[in-house]
Order: sequence, then structure tokens, then C-alpha cells
Amino acid sequence: MSNKTNNLRGVFINGIFNENPTFRLVLGTCPTIAVTTSAINGIGMGLAATFVLIGSNMVISLLRKFIPNKVRIPAFIVVICTFVTIVQMLMQAYLPSLYESLGIFIPLIVVNCIILARAEAFAAKNDVLHSAVDGIGMGLGFTLAITLIGIIREMLGAGTVFGNQVMGAGFEPMLLLVLAPGGFIVYGLLLGIINAISTRRASKKSKEVKTA
Amino acid sequence: MRLSEIGLFLFMVDCILCNNYIFSRFLGCCPFLGVSSKVETAAGMGLAVTFVMGLASLFTWAVYQYILLPLELTYLNTIAFIFIIAALVQFVEMFMKKSLPALYSALGIYLPLITTNCAVLGVALLNIQSNYNLLESVLNGVFGALGFMLAIVMMAGVRERLETSDIPLPFKGFSISLIIAGMMSVAFLGFKGLV
Amino acid sequence: MKLAVSSGPHILTRETTQTLMLDVIIALIPTVAAGIYIFGSRAALVLAISVFSSVLFEFIWRKALKKSLTIKDLSAVVTGLLIGLNLPSSVPLWMPVLASALAIILAKQLFGGLGHNFMNPALFARAVLLASWPLHMTSYNLPQRVFFGSSAPTGVDTLASATPLINSSGLSMQDLLLGNIPGSIGEVCKIAIIIGFLYLLFTKTITWEVPVSFIGTVALLGWLLGEDPVRYLLTGGVLFGAVFMATDYVTNPVQRIGQFIFGVLCGVIVVVIRKYGGYPEGVTYAILFMNCITPLIDRYSKKKIYGEVKKNVQ
Repeated sequence: MSNKTNNLRGVFINGIFNENPTFRLVLGTCPTIAVTTSAINGIGMGLAATFVLIGSNMVISLLRKFIPNKVRIPAFIVVICTFVTIVQMLMQAYLPSLYESLGIFIPLIVVNCIILARAEAFAAKNDVLHSAVDGIGMGLGFTLAITLIGIIREMLGAGTVFGNQVMGAGFEPMLLLVLAPGGFIVYGLLLGIINAISTRRASKKSKEVKTA
Repeated sequence: MRLSEIGLFLFMVDCILCNNYIFSRFLGCCPFLGVSSKVETAAGMGLAVTFVMGLASLFTWAVYQYILLPLELTYLNTIAFIFIIAALVQFVEMFMKKSLPALYSALGIYLPLITTNCAVLGVALLNIQSNYNLLESVLNGVFGALGFMLAIVMMAGVRERLETSDIPLPFKGFSISLIIAGMMSVAFLGFKGLV
Repeated sequence: MKLAVSSGPHILTRETTQTLMLDVIIALIPTVAAGIYIFGSRAALVLAISVFSSVLFEFIWRKALKKSLTIKDLSAVVTGLLIGLNLPSSVPLWMPVLASALAIILAKQLFGGLGHNFMNPALFARAVLLASWPLHMTSYNLPQRVFFGSSAPTGVDTLASATPLINSSGLSMQDLLLGNIPGSIGEVCKIAIIIGFLYLLFTKTITWEVPVSFIGTVALLGWLLGEDPVRYLLTGGVLFGAVFMATDYVTNPVQRIGQFIFGVLCGVIVVVIRKYGGYPEGVTYAILFMNCITPLIDRYSKKKIYGEVKKNVQ
């Protein structure tokens, strides 16, 4: 029993750290670069994708024994598309301004590689509970990552975080960071820095193991 | 930008340089980063995308105008478009294999990857969003894809040159590719306001 | 005139990087001197800060990554000088520091150091500053020759935008040549740039293809568009860009035919941006864009030259 909960926790943590879709697997790069001009856009995009991810993972896991192997990809896409359409309608109704600023990147969640990849690699092989937790973990990993990028770009590029002024009066925002190049460069630099930190950690760990 | 207002040439310049699919619309970044280590393969990918994006613009526009709109099913556009694109890619693959084996051997391996290339679904959605007519949609698809091709071939050229460079280990791979893309997109800023 | 034919990067065939960079620094002396004479001690301060911080960032990065120190090859000094010369003298003093960090760390060292950057580091830094703080980058001090006094920009001394390029008819030819006009520190004095160009040519530090084809294309297209070609060249940054920025070894093609194509296309883009674009001047963006294309030009022109050799053999 405790093994099982451990396992669930492992699945959850996995999506946030070890296999973070943005920083470790480098999937779903388009929305990561496109919508992270502000923190709120990042969190909005992340949560929308998380919703789709949880829903599609659960349904696909439920149906995994009934879907013939040959047509599984189109079947997955139908499921994903359904959830994307639901998100689209909900956002249009309740968060129209966020929906407006995320633009076509909401319908494009359909072709976000993270979601199809999790359907294929996880949900098609695991039970509903694990698949749901995987969806939550992966979704939160994605949300945290693109919100972080959004915060950095908004803070340095506009002097605000979630719309609140955070930099002093003398600060002159670096406009480039909220323009197109900023998305690529901030993402690229963060990716490199996170790589550097994790390799340092890994080498430290292996040293500790050796000395022990 | 309407074709009738700015003419064919400026419409092309707008799609390729001012609103480049990679550098200012951020569509198609996955293949742009993934299939850009060699110039030849990048060019092959670019050609395949051009082919599919042109056709996809044509068919999705027709389906939207003549089926979804009259039946008031426009909320189904995403799912309809993704299936048109998937079917189109399948069809193009079969057709090429039979009738154009030379082209197939060059582009064949890229075709399956295109279904999930968000530039293709993106162009279909943008055509509808911008109220383009049939000609504008197809041109937007073809020129947009040529802009994608320019970007991916440029990227491959630079990456080939950097093959032997002493890039700090954590920055190798996706990280440096993203930074290169960012620097290129700085150069593309100069074309803003051209059209 | 006998042209020395060498196929490889000239850096390796002719002399060491250090002497090469020294030649570039010597060629920049007239421009630096003119810039300081025209814009006063403030210009000297901007230049000093950019050179110092470029060298410092290079030192810190190489030291931190435990790599061989490359300060002595003088390339960081050249980059620093070029960064400073590409800025207006009125910029806030943190800007040259930030520009040096962008050029040295992001555009150069992250790619493995000198010889591996695909884009001109100084020009990349300038483009980033231009996009981020357009106001600082395009409000130029009028020539003021203020030394040792308070030469901080005041509203009266500063032009609102990059108008000298658009509205040059009021300026005399003498002012244009001597640099008695507002602009970036290095771009204004054309005489100094020409002296530097001749020095670079005679010491064979650079070949003529890039600057001549670049400048020639701009003049020709300007003339076709109904501009006075001489004035068209003497305003804005074409001369400085063509001589000092576009000729960077690492970021322009290896083959001479490729260099020629590079120069012509630079010229075309400059004129297109000037005439139709959203910015008054396009030299920076033209060179950066061509930097991105350079590996492709190299591929193409190499093939062509191999083909020619075969023909000769037969």
C-alpha cells in the first residue's frame, strides 16, 4: 500500500522535476515562447494545458483497452480535441481577455506535443489514477516552467509581475524581453542554466555515493 | 494585410520577413529546433511543409466556408482541421510514393512529422481568423511555409558551422539553438514596419 | 595589383590574432580620436567603459570556466571599442556595460569564444539596445566639444530622434565629411573612417570585397531612387558599418565571391529598410541578417569554386 502511494508521488514529482516537459523534455516549445510575455499569460496557458492533459490522460486510460492499436493516434486526437474545445468555450465565456491574449495558441493545444506524448507514453499503458496524477504532474511542471519564464520576461521587460509594479522608479525595462527575441533567449538561457545545475547536482550525488 | 491592398509582392514580403512563422509568430518551433542539424534535411523539411501548408490552406478554407459555416458547426473547426491535415498528409504520402518516387525518397520521412507541426494547423486557423479569401489563404500558406523554410535552413547553416565549436556543455543542444533563434529574431526585427 | 589567393580563414594563414586585432585597433584610432574631439569627454568615458567592461567580462568568463585566458589576443578590446563607437555619447553609462555583457558572454563566449560566434557581437549588442531603449539610442548629442566640464546631456543639446539621416539637406558637405553632425560616436566622421579603411586595405587586414560592394550597392540604389548618392552615403552609418562591422572575419563569408554577395545584399537591405522600413537606418539589421545567411553563402560559393578548379585542370 505504501509502495503504491510512493509510486503515485513519484509519478507526480516526475512531471515537475525529472521529466519537466519544458526544461527536461523540451516539448511544447511554441506556446512556451509565444505566450510568456507576461506571468498571467504563462499561468493561463499552463492551466489550460493542464486541464486538457488531465482530461485526455484519464479518458485515454479508461479507453485504452477498447481502442484498436492501428487507429490509436486519431482516437487520441479526438479525445484531446474534445477537451481543447471545452477549454476554449469555458475561457471564451469566463476569461475573455485572457482568451483574447492567448489567441490561436489555445486551439493549438491540440498539437502540443506534451499532450500527445503523455497519451502515447503513459496513459495508454497505465490505469486511470496514475494517468490522472501524471497529467497533474506534467501539467503543473509545464505551468510552473512557463509561468517562471513569464515572470522573468515581464519583470525585466516591463517592470511588473502579474501587472504589479515591482521594479523601482529608476528602472528602465528592457523592452526586447517582451518582444519575440526575448522568448527564445530567456528560454534558451534558462534551459542551459537548469542543465548546469542538474549536472552539478548529479555529479555531487555520485561523489557522495562513492565516498559512502 | 489584404492582398488587394498591398499586392502580391508585399504580401509575400510580409509573410516571409515581417511576420515570419518562426521568428514572430512562433509556429512550428518543434521541427525548427528538431530537424535543423543539417542543411539538406532542413531544406527537405521546408519543402514538405510548403507543400502541405499550401494544400491544407486550400482544403481547410473550403471545408470551413462550404461545410462548417452553412451548418453552423464552426466550433468544430479545430477538430475538423486536424483531421483534414492528417488525411492530407496520408494522401500526399501515398500519392508521392506512387507517382513521384524521387520526391518521396527526399521528403517522405518528414511527412508524418508534419501532422503535429503547429504551423500547419496554425495557418488554417489564422486564415479563418483573418477572414482571408481562397487565394489569400493559399498564398498565406505557401509564403508562410517559405518563411519557415528560410528560418530552418538558416538555422541549419549556423548549426552545421557550430558542430566543432566548444560550446559549454549545459548549453549544447536545444539551449544554444534557442539562443541562436533569439539572435536571428533580433535581426528580423529590422524588417518590422516594412509592409 | 596582385591579389593574394588563400582559401582558408585569413586569420590562420597570415599572422596571429593578436597582430591582426592590433591592426584593427590602429585603424580605429582616427575614428576614436574624431569621436572624442567631436562629442567631448563624455564620448571618451563611454568608450573607456565599454572597452574596460568587455575585457573584464571576457576575463571573468574564461576564468570561471577554467579556460585559457584570451585577453591578450585583443579581440575583447576591439569588441569593446566597436560597442562604444556604435553608441551615442549621451547614453546612460550602464548601457555600455550591459552591451559588453551581451556581446562578450551571450554572442561570443557562449558559442565557444573567438572564431565561433555566428553573429557580430558588438552589432548584436547594439541591436538589442536599440530594440530595448530606442529613445536612448536615437537621441544624439549635437557635436559639443565639451571637455572636463559637465557634459551630461541636457534637453537643449539632444535631438529628439534620428532625424539627421532623413533631413540632411541643411548640412554642408564639409560638416558631413568631418562629422560635425549628430550621430553615434564612431559613425559621424567619414574622413576618419576612410583613413582607417585605407590602412586596413594596405595592411591586407581586410579585403576590398565587402566594403566596396556594400557601399557601391547603397550608392547605386540610392541614386536610382533619386537621392544624391554621395549625401546618401555620408549620412547614417553605412560607411562605418561597411568598413568596421561587416568586415569581421568570423561572421562574413570565407570566399571572395561570397564576400561580394554578402556586401551587395547588405547594401540592398539597408536601402530597403531606409526607404520602406519602420526604422530610419538599417545598417545594423542588414549586417546581422547577412551574418545569419553567411554559412549558407559559404556552402554555395565553396561548391562553385571547386567546380571552377576542375574546369581549369581539364
